[in-house]
Amino acid sequence: MVQTVLDSGRVSDLSAIRGVYLKAFRIMLLARLLEEKLASLYRAGKMHGGVFIGRGQEALSVSIGLSLREGDIFAPLIRDQAGRLAFGEPLLDAVRTYFGSVLGPMRGRDGNVHRGRPRQGLLPMISHLGAMIAVVNGALLARRLKGIQGTVGVASVGDGATSTGAFHEALNQAAVERLPLVLVIANNQYAYSTPNSRQFACASLLDRARGYGVEGHGVDGTDLIECLRVVGQAIARARAGHGPQMVVAELLRLCGHGEHDPADYVDPQLKNSRLGRDCLKVAEEFLLEHGWADATSLAEWREETQRTVEEAIAQVQREPTPDPFKESWVALSSRHLCETHEEEVPNPGADI
Amino acid sequence: MSITYLEAIREAQARALAEDPRVFIYGQDVGAFGGAFKATKGLAQEFPGRVIDAPISEDAIVGLAVGAAIEGMRPIVEIQFADFSTVAFNQIVNQAATFFWRTNLPCPITVRLPCGGTLGSGPFHSQTMESVYAHYPGLIVLTPATVEDAYSMLLEAVAIDDPVIFCEHKLLYYHLKAETLPTEALPVGRARIAREGRHLTLVAYSAMVHEALAAADELKTEGWDIEVVDLRSVKPLDTDTVMASVARTGRLLCVGESWPWGGVTAEVITRVASEGFALLDAPPARLNAKDTPVPFHPNLWAAHRPTARSIAAAARKLLRQ
Ligand SMILES: Cc1ncc(C[n+]2csc(CCOP(=O)(O)OP(=O)(O)O)c2C)c(N)n1
Repeated sequence: MVQTVLDSGRVSDLSAIRGVYLKAFRIMLLARLLEEKLASLYRAGKMHGGVFIGRGQEALSVSIGLSLREGDIFAPLIRDQAGRLAFGEPLLDAVRTYFGSVLGPMRGRDGNVHRGRPRQGLLPMISHLGAMIAVVNGALLARRLKGIQGTVGVASVGDGATSTGAFHEALNQAAVERLPLVLVIANNQYAYSTPNSRQFACASLLDRARGYGVEGHGVDGTDLIECLRVVGQAIARARAGHGPQMVVAELLRLCGHGEHDPADYVDPQLKNSRLGRDCLKVAEEFLLEHGWADATSLAEWREETQRTVEEAIAQVQREPTPDPFKESWVALSSRHLCETHEEEVPNPGADI
Repeated sequence: MSITYLEAIREAQARALAEDPRVFIYGQDVGAFGGAFKATKGLAQEFPGRVIDAPISEDAIVGLAVGAAIEGMRPIVEIQFADFSTVAFNQIVNQAATFFWRTNLPCPITVRLPCGGTLGSGPFHSQTMESVYAHYPGLIVLTPATVEDAYSMLLEAVAIDDPVIFCEHKLLYYHLKAETLPTEALPVGRARIAREGRHLTLVAYSAMVHEALAAADELKTEGWDIEVVDLRSVKPLDTDTVMASVARTGRLLCVGESWPWGGVTAEVITRVASEGFALLDAPPARLNAKDTPVPFHPNLWAAHRPTARSIAAAARKLLRQ
């Protein structure tokens, strides 16, 4: 979708991109305000478990979602709230999964960012880093076997995940099979507390692409227009049959690893560098500069978006939480093959 | 002074580093950051160059530890969550566990696994892995339930000439406290009578020891004296202590946080049933987590794992037989 207005290589006509840019901005804003709300609920002790947000990575993430089409595959990771929304994941999926609502896609069984709708091509991440890439490969191979053409799959990872064996195996696999995989790496300079200098020794993660015979694209992850262009281009090339593509976005995680983490290990020099720019602010300035929005409309959007977030949270807080008595407690779809364990004593309602 | 289970783990590592130049620590975020749970807090500063941050490469982390052990070192590996040790499974069960048997050269590595369920942690940050690792020959699997054991067993793990899977329970990290660190301890391989009783033997390990003790308190009010055995080490398993307890009580209930198919509880029951059948006044019973992944929502999680309440219910059933 983005590619139709962004010609490969450079943005030729800004006005042609206006619609996509504004759409992207509104989604980034929604992701940001939702995650700020979840973070504040976490600080108030109102969440189960951790909260993991994508502050500073919305421009990259939204570009993935907007560049994909219905029928494509997307395996987002922890910092992809914006991309999920742009791909079509309902806002309520996020809220319901965080609160463990039975009405959510994970029904309280899995939580927070561990959610998806596999029937719609949105793969539910497991925590184990790097593990989703080969699964995207499998979905793409299946489409080839089924004779379905023109779809692509995106797997999202961080710099840290590039050290996993799973990453290397899956990238090589995609290259050998020449699958339309787009691997988007958010190089946010840290994996939890570990800086890149302790994670890899190549000059650029793009070297990894070359090593596996895959096309690589670098992008400034703080700049929405660049993200839309480069991610869009990589996805278009995969769709056009040029094999796997790797995008490496340079940016900084503008939050802790999770909301429990004050992240005081982040180098202040990085924070003050171009990498540390807030992509949402950069986009706002762009909008004002080009007259695509004024201060009043920005304020209105923010207010409207905040209301949307508050309504979603309020709605989900009224929804039923899982009831252990009603839970089926089976992990197989072949119910007749499930074992029952005689020694199990019904144990709901235990004190928490 | 009071010291937590987590601090005891930190202190044991500090002491191992101080006393043995062959010891080093390797794992994600263990250096200046002090680890995801702060189990290595300050150690990188105190022991420069010997507490090393690893890339997110569990297979290579354990593989490297094996290589260093071959060269005579005593590596302690921290896997950030036990669940991620599955990524290192090959190196643990095929490399480390077979090494001595194949070569006659010991492989003294310690793999620390922050285990077990906590509120809202979900299927990939809650697993208990002791039953899986105990299945493999060539590994020692420890499951400390107390601050004292966390300390003394970790020190012993480092000293042992074989690969040790050290299962520390995250639920105990911050809340479990002791006055001081122990100066002496039961050796690895010996179980402990955590509470004496005469009506029923409750065998547990790791965090389940505390659920079992709470269940025993509850049953006490109903007139039952429950004996609680803390296995401490699930491999080797101290069958003698369990058998002696069953000889006193005639009834056995074994509790574990891992899944019901096979595992530690099944092993305990098999041993008692086959070697001590005559000691039993009722069929031995066991209680495990339910046979699904560990759920995220607290309502489900609390029903998934054994708790004092469900243990007491299972014990009552057995006491009536
Ligand atoms: C195989 C595996 N090992 C360890 C972890 C624990 N862990 C979760 S996120 C994380 C850091 C990830 O860093 P990166 O891939 O750069 O992504 P970022 O958090 O920076 O977005 C770690 C170590 C994990 N999830 N999976």
